[in-house]
Amino acid sequence: MHRLLIDEPGRVMLLLGNEAIARGAIEAGLAFATCYPGTPSSEIPLQFFNISKETDLYFEYSTNEKVALEVAAGAAISGLRTMVAMKHVGLNVAADPFMTLAYTGVQGGMVIVSADDPYLFSSQNEQDNRFYARMASVPMLEPTSCQEMKDMTIYAFDLSEELQIPVLLRTTTRLNHIRGPVRLGDIKERKTKSHFNKNPFHYVCVPAVSRNLHRLLLEKYEKAQRLSESSPYNEIIGSGSWGIVTNGVSFNYVKDALKDLGIDNRVKILKLGFSWPMPEKLIGEFLNGLEKVLVVEELEGIVENDLKAIAQEGGINIPIKGKGVGRLGRLYEYDPRMVREAIAEYFNVSYEFSKIVDLSDLPQLPQRPPNLCAGCPHRATYYAIKKVYGEDTIYPTDIGCYTLGLLPPLKMGDLVICMGSSVSTSCGFSKATDQKVVSFIGDSTFFHSGITGLIDAVHNNHRFTLVILDKGTTAMTGHQPHPGVDTEPLGVKRTRISIEQVVRGCGVKDVHVVHPFNVKKTIEAVKASYEYDGLSVIISQEYCPLFAKAIGKARKARPFQVDHNRCKNHRVCVDQFACPAMYVEEGKVYIDKNLCIGCSVCAQICPERAIVPAKD
Amino acid sequence: MDAIRCVIVGVGGQGNLLASRLLGEAAVSAGVDVVVSEIHGMAQRGGVVESTVVLGDITSPIVSDGEADILVGFEPLETLRTLKKCSPDTTIITNTAPLPPFTVAIGQGEYPPVDMILEKLKDKVKEVMAFDGNKLAEKSGNPLSLNMVMLGALIGSGKIPISADLMKKTIEQETKRVFLESNLKAFNLGFNAVKG
Repeated sequence: MHRLLIDEPGRVMLLLGNEAIARGAIEAGLAFATCYPGTPSSEIPLQFFNISKETDLYFEYSTNEKVALEVAAGAAISGLRTMVAMKHVGLNVAADPFMTLAYTGVQGGMVIVSADDPYLFSSQNEQDNRFYARMASVPMLEPTSCQEMKDMTIYAFDLSEELQIPVLLRTTTRLNHIRGPVRLGDIKERKTKSHFNKNPFHYVCVPAVSRNLHRLLLEKYEKAQRLSESSPYNEIIGSGSWGIVTNGVSFNYVKDALKDLGIDNRVKILKLGFSWPMPEKLIGEFLNGLEKVLVVEELEGIVENDLKAIAQEGGINIPIKGKGVGRLGRLYEYDPRMVREAIAEYFNVSYEFSKIVDLSDLPQLPQRPPNLCAGCPHRATYYAIKKVYGEDTIYPTDIGCYTLGLLPPLKMGDLVICMGSSVSTSCGFSKATDQKVVSFIGDSTFFHSGITGLIDAVHNNHRFTLVILDKGTTAMTGHQPHPGVDTEPLGVKRTRISIEQVVRGCGVKDVHVVHPFNVKKTIEAVKASYEYDGLSVIISQEYCPLFAKAIGKARKARPFQVDHNRCKNHRVCVDQFACPAMYVEEGKVYIDKNLCIGCSVCAQICPERAIVPAKD
Repeated sequence: MDAIRCVIVGVGGQGNLLASRLLGEAAVSAGVDVVVSEIHGMAQRGGVVESTVVLGDITSPIVSDGEADILVGFEPLETLRTLKKCSPDTTIITNTAPLPPFTVAIGQGEYPPVDMILEKLKDKVKEVMAFDGNKLAEKSGNPLSLNMVMLGALIGSGKIPISADLMKKTIEQETKRVFLESNLKAFNLGFNAVKG
């Protein structure tokens, strides 16, 4: 049995934040879940994927976040409890249905998890999705701990059903990826089938309908605000003449800092858990009688500005500050010391901070950036493309492991904006310049948002080469399936869609399917695309070696070694290919046999044929 | 219980996240308040992996620069790189077996001599426990059990209010059967490497 199905109320388990959210959903009777995977949210749907194999919970990996939200919307409008989890930028993709789903509302509770990523641990931007709650007028909940991630998820479902509107549960990477003790509760029975009651003059969002729906939304918003005023998750803690307003993970930094500074009896904290709509009356009461207020919130100064407006309206004239105090800014994550310093500075409290060791005499340390794995097929594909297209070609790339190809010596990556942008930006590059353009997109990303760009390229007669890196899984986020995957080894039955057929169906004439570990044949196909006057697509097929290992399809090949009698130190293997299984010791290249998977690409490109299968 | 802030650093693949999770599980069993923090995703592709375990009366899940009570380094270069988390009062427990990054192989930078790394560490903090963890892992019968060696050393250092027995029980419950014998052996070897 899946560990999140353990039916022992009161038991304390150490859960990852994302597991706590999933457990909360299970306790709330979740019936239907969808997602497109994205760090830091990916472990939430992973739980549902596994749980769906042994229960009647419906779960699907959808093509992208917009599709995921729409699929779930159908179920939620029919009356089922649904959850859609995505990373912050995923909500951009889903923003279109999201904004109008707020109008139609839902019948069954719908919780949308938006996992923001301050400091950009694994994202292309650090946008603050608290704005989305404001833009759509939907309620937002912001937990501060693993326990709250579970409990608030249940609360979010109830709230969503009470208001008949989707609820945003906003986390940040730091919360998604902490582990903490969680006390389990009762598991509610799930209702997995319902009946859709037709009501076209509510659900068909033509202008006349939506004019009414917008009014209805504002009524729901007002009701949500009343609930926010009395929510247990909007809590005033302690008493004193100084005030701190905070949310999310920062609450922990504030609480610990007050204790460290010895001023926990002088400061009143307002913890905003039900953070939108704002509990304006509660805030007014909180502000009353305070000398000054500090707002501790990561990213944008949203609460700070709202607070100032509420204070102005209430005629409360006290200093309210946040951004700009100490090191509190709009960038990156906060940390305990930063918050402690800001509080000490703002309230003028003395504190002896621990000394950071002197680092001035340390030598320059070699970097250890993340890298494509040993035997990663992307490296082989990049090598072949670069051999033919050289350095001057423009290489728009996309979002996945293969983005790491931007690092030297491969240096294959000139632009990434968002999922799918490789294909469409190539259209622009190829028109605006006379340079060659070769773009890269992963298999999962291609289905997510590459196809519309490809159709644009065909229709508008753009000239470039698109390389679809098909490694049989969504590798970066932890090997989730996508529409082009054989799902049998994963224990589910889904229909597999051929990337090649999709590409041909879009009208692409010059299509090459290559296996990148065959260097000569791959280079031949790349050359053909180079010569072709039009749009070429190269589909480069080879399993992600980590995934292959996980499903028992790892290559049965011997690792390679360098024959130092033959090696003349051209270093093509290290300087151009740079597989991390290789290392240089006392001027000689060696291959770590524990890392080498025997892909043989280095052996094929060595000018002296000095790389040979290792002897046992 | 006073707060204990522990930073664990290693390279993707060394099993640092499992070590921090096991520590968290053992703390829950011992009734000690704990928050473990990890970085997933892009950071794991052969890059630096840092996790933190904070125990006791504290809920902030991360450790600021200069505020680690204990730094456990699975790889000497990464221990040195993470020195900014330390104050002069920090205890460092480090593996001395280097795992050079690929940047060194392609000629971008030089791996500093391990002796120099250890000298720097000892120069900066009050206590450094250093040993060849890879050798101990190999001795246990499984070279991949370095994380158990380091976990053993952390418990052996006596800096964490979790007993060796409880930690071993947690390892028994939470790790794969086939590796159990080598895991426990590795744990004991690490434990004894610093015990003294």
